[in-house]
Amino acid sequence: MSRVQLVQLAHARSGDKGDTANVGVIAYDPEHYELLREQLTPAAVKEHFGEMVTGEVERFELPNLGALNFLLHGALGGGGTMSLMNDAQGKVFSTGLLRMEIEVPDDVAASTAGQGRVPGGWSP
Amino acid sequence: MSEGRVVRIASGQGFWGDDIEAPVRQVEGGGIDYLMLDYLAEVTMSIMQKQRARNPDAGYARDFVELMERIFPRCVEDGVRVVTNSGGVNPNGCAEALVEAGRRAGVGGRAKVGLVHGDDLMERLDELLQAGHELANMETGAPLSEIRDQVQSANAYIGAAPIVDALKLGADVVVTGRSTDTALTYAPLIHEFGWSPDDHDRIAAGVVAGHINECGAQCTGGNCLINWWEIPDMAAVGFPIVEVSEDGSFVVTKHEGSGGRVTRASVAEQIVYEMGDPTDYITPDVVADFTSIHLDDLGNDRVRVHGMKGGPRTDFLKVSIAYSSGWKATGTLTYSWPDAAAKARSADRILRERLDRLGLHFDEIRTELVGWDSTHGTLAGEPPADLPEVQLRVGVRSSDRASVERFTREIAPLVLTGPPSVTGFAGGRPRVQEIMAYWPALIRREAVESELRVEVRDV
Repeated sequence: MSRVQLVQLAHARSGDKGDTANVGVIAYDPEHYELLREQLTPAAVKEHFGEMVTGEVERFELPNLGALNFLLHGALGGGGTMSLMNDAQGKVFSTGLLRMEIEVPDDVAASTAGQGRVPGGWSP
Repeated sequence: MSEGRVVRIASGQGFWGDDIEAPVRQVEGGGIDYLMLDYLAEVTMSIMQKQRARNPDAGYARDFVELMERIFPRCVEDGVRVVTNSGGVNPNGCAEALVEAGRRAGVGGRAKVGLVHGDDLMERLDELLQAGHELANMETGAPLSEIRDQVQSANAYIGAAPIVDALKLGADVVVTGRSTDTALTYAPLIHEFGWSPDDHDRIAAGVVAGHINECGAQCTGGNCLINWWEIPDMAAVGFPIVEVSEDGSFVVTKHEGSGGRVTRASVAEQIVYEMGDPTDYITPDVVADFTSIHLDDLGNDRVRVHGMKGGPRTDFLKVSIAYSSGWKATGTLTYSWPDAAAKARSADRILRERLDRLGLHFDEIRTELVGWDSTHGTLAGEPPADLPEVQLRVGVRSSDRASVERFTREIAPLVLTGPPSVTGFAGGRPRVQEIMAYWPALIRREAVESELRVEVRDV
């Protein structure tokens, strides 16, 4: 087994509802959905964010889309216009979750290496 | 794929402030039946309420009227009908301005404007409370009486029925207040296909189409994480068009030759955006189950969406209440190498000590280092001493306006009275902002629906 960052296996989008951020995580390869489901437990995600999430973490499954949806309660400093955070609408909690390290079989680690990142030498 | 008639609904605006050329491109690109324009967010209603308090003719999205002056003739010629919640807290004012704009644009006598009102509960608030509608906070359970005096706006999220009525009466443009974002897309579908209110699966399909449409280019390549560097011609990004069949299944696409990209992944990212419990997506007309969605990538910027399931609507409508809840301000300064983060943190400590000595009162003081931890917080770890630069960002919040005002005068002095190698203060003092807090509540639907009104006016 190897430890890799989630960004290799999934893309994500996040948004807000009051003081709750949601992060939808989508497997690049539907075959890796089960792996994500096993590793990205609510407890593991709560531990990953640490003090950034003051409330509970809820998880919902969307197997048809190869996606998991997380609700991070108490993550936005009060939310809306109350929040003093730069990311008051939780727009980049998505990439915050993609930093998380997960355990994957060695062949999955090898076949997904570099995925999710701009290729070397690329310019706009 | 299902055969037969297809209704094409284009999205032209994902929020108040979105690309103002997008709806023009959608209409000039041709081949569409409806144009939906979403202007409202939770905070937008309270901004519009403030504008109306200063000027009784204001309180709606004025850009919409300017837009219609440009596209009204083409819409009338092509038979493109427009559905929008641009009315904000003054749909009547918006409709009046629209009629005038239509005449200036030369469609006088050739078009009708539909107006939906009655979602605004601000004037009825005390009457509703007295009648036993508690309007308790959905998240905390607290009764509205706790903040009654601070309320700035109160609007019920309304569904498809009044929009469908306006379309039946022949409106070419339907202007509403706080219609749900998704209803702007599925109301025309109910009108065109005659779906019954009990046809939960098809209306749920319309809700999914609305959810994909409502954020504009966010499903056609905008803010798309997957291989974003490969997405072509974002400068001329195409906004979404949903091509819906009678059975509710639809294809998400965009105009040929426009920029951006529609793939299974770009659509999936938008589906999970601002998602709660996906099995329980509540709207005024149906409860949709987003776990039932199937996506097929057809290639050439076409994604088929099908299989949607839904359940009956609830007895309640959601009410969006905004109330003033104090003041805030945010100040920034930029520190350079060497030891940029150490300098910024030292400045923060000095600033906080001065605020303390001045005896000011804050409910919260928050410090972030832009360029290090303002996006990923503690996940960023400790900044290296060789960080080239960092921006100190300090925000304060207080019920005492004077404390926040005084804070805004304490940032610039740090340039001469704090740690070295600091710049980036040319923007002047930070601005004091009034905080509009959000109070979500539920109300029995008949209390709102009995007051909804639909009018149609000739241009």
